[in-house]
Amino acid sequence: MSINATLLAQMIVFAVFVWFTMKFVWPPIMQAMRDRQKRISEGLAAAERGVRELNEATAKAEDMVAKARTQAQEILTNAQRQADETLERAREDARAEGERIVTAAREEVDQAVVSAKEDLRREVGALAVVGAERILKREIDAKAHNDIIDDLVAEIR
Amino acid sequence: MASAEEGGNTANQYIQHHLSNLQLDLSTMEVGGNISGFWVLNLDSLFFSVVLGVFFLAVFRMVAKKVTASEPGKLQTFVEMVHDFTDTQVRDIYHGNSTLIAPLAMTIFVWVFLMNFMDLIPVDALPAAAHAAGIDYLKVVPTTDLNITFGLSLSVFLLMIVYGIKAKGGMGFLKETLTHPFGKWLAPFNFVLFVVETVAKPVSLSLRLFGNLYAGELIFILIAVFTLGAGASLLAVPMFILQILLGLGWAIFHILVITLQAYIFGMLTIVYLSMVQDDH
Repeated sequence: MSINATLLAQMIVFAVFVWFTMKFVWPPIMQAMRDRQKRISEGLAAAERGVRELNEATAKAEDMVAKARTQAQEILTNAQRQADETLERAREDARAEGERIVTAAREEVDQAVVSAKEDLRREVGALAVVGAERILKREIDAKAHNDIIDDLVAEIR
Repeated sequence: MASAEEGGNTANQYIQHHLSNLQLDLSTMEVGGNISGFWVLNLDSLFFSVVLGVFFLAVFRMVAKKVTASEPGKLQTFVEMVHDFTDTQVRDIYHGNSTLIAPLAMTIFVWVFLMNFMDLIPVDALPAAAHAAGIDYLKVVPTTDLNITFGLSLSVFLLMIVYGIKAKGGMGFLKETLTHPFGKWLAPFNFVLFVVETVAKPVSLSLRLFGNLYAGELIFILIAVFTLGAGASLLAVPMFILQILLGLGWAIFHILVITLQAYIFGMLTIVYLSMVQDDH
């Protein structure tokens, strides 16, 4: 149990071991742990950012949906109104058209009545002339008595 | 249990034998036990300390070589735990920027623990095996050898001096030894105090480790003496049972002691090295 050269040998061995640890063991492990630390903090930051982005996106999406809904409602209302208007206009047109047709027909009828009356009058005039000729058994100068016939026609009317 | 090979089986011889190193006399190149003089190497202490140190460095180097920042394996996790533990301790105590302190502390923690751990191997196992191989002396716990513990603490001591001079400059360091703590008018007294204070650190460091482990080893040996040469006497059976129980209890307690001593040695190393750099 005495101090001897073992002491010196042990000091040398110790120095070598510490040198080895310092050179070849400590730095790589340190590096790896630092890397992992960095990676973890980056991962956490990314997750946080992701959550925030997700929230933003959700809010934006909800906003867009709401906007789209009002827009759709607006479009629907517009369409409804337009359809109503179109329908109304069509109805109006149809009514006007009908009235026009009815008026035209009525005018035509009136005209036909007038011309029929005219024809009739002319027939009746002619018949009266023929009748009068037969009664008188002689020819009446139609030209000479045209005014009389016209008076007659006017009376028939 | 007994392996005493020198014929006489007395407890005294057994204990004496167990406490003798396998030595190499550097002047005559003779191998034996109980050689006196300075130029002698304790082969067993050196052998076990180097083997354990190489084992430690090989394992840690292997991990460090294929270390990965993503999922670590079990071994890497363990090594990282040791690394992180050391790093935390050093960061808490030491505020310089030396890259030496942390690796130094880790080497001490693990290496001293491994050397202490040899204490838990049954006291006769390795010596008996060595005897069978023709080696008559073997002391398996390197930290029960004063040379080993002093080798560590003297290295720390030298580092303390180096760091003190590095931090304060040669003159600053010298000035502090003369003026601290009582001012320049008590310079000689201050210097004596400095010497005592400075020498006390490595001495207490190594003696604490040595004392704990030596005492522990001695108690293991004493427990082993219980059935030494008991033969087939009636007493042998209860003594044997008692020996097993005591050995078990002491070994379990010793798990704490060896860990604690390795921890204390490493921590105090960090503390001393940071103290010498701090300004008073």
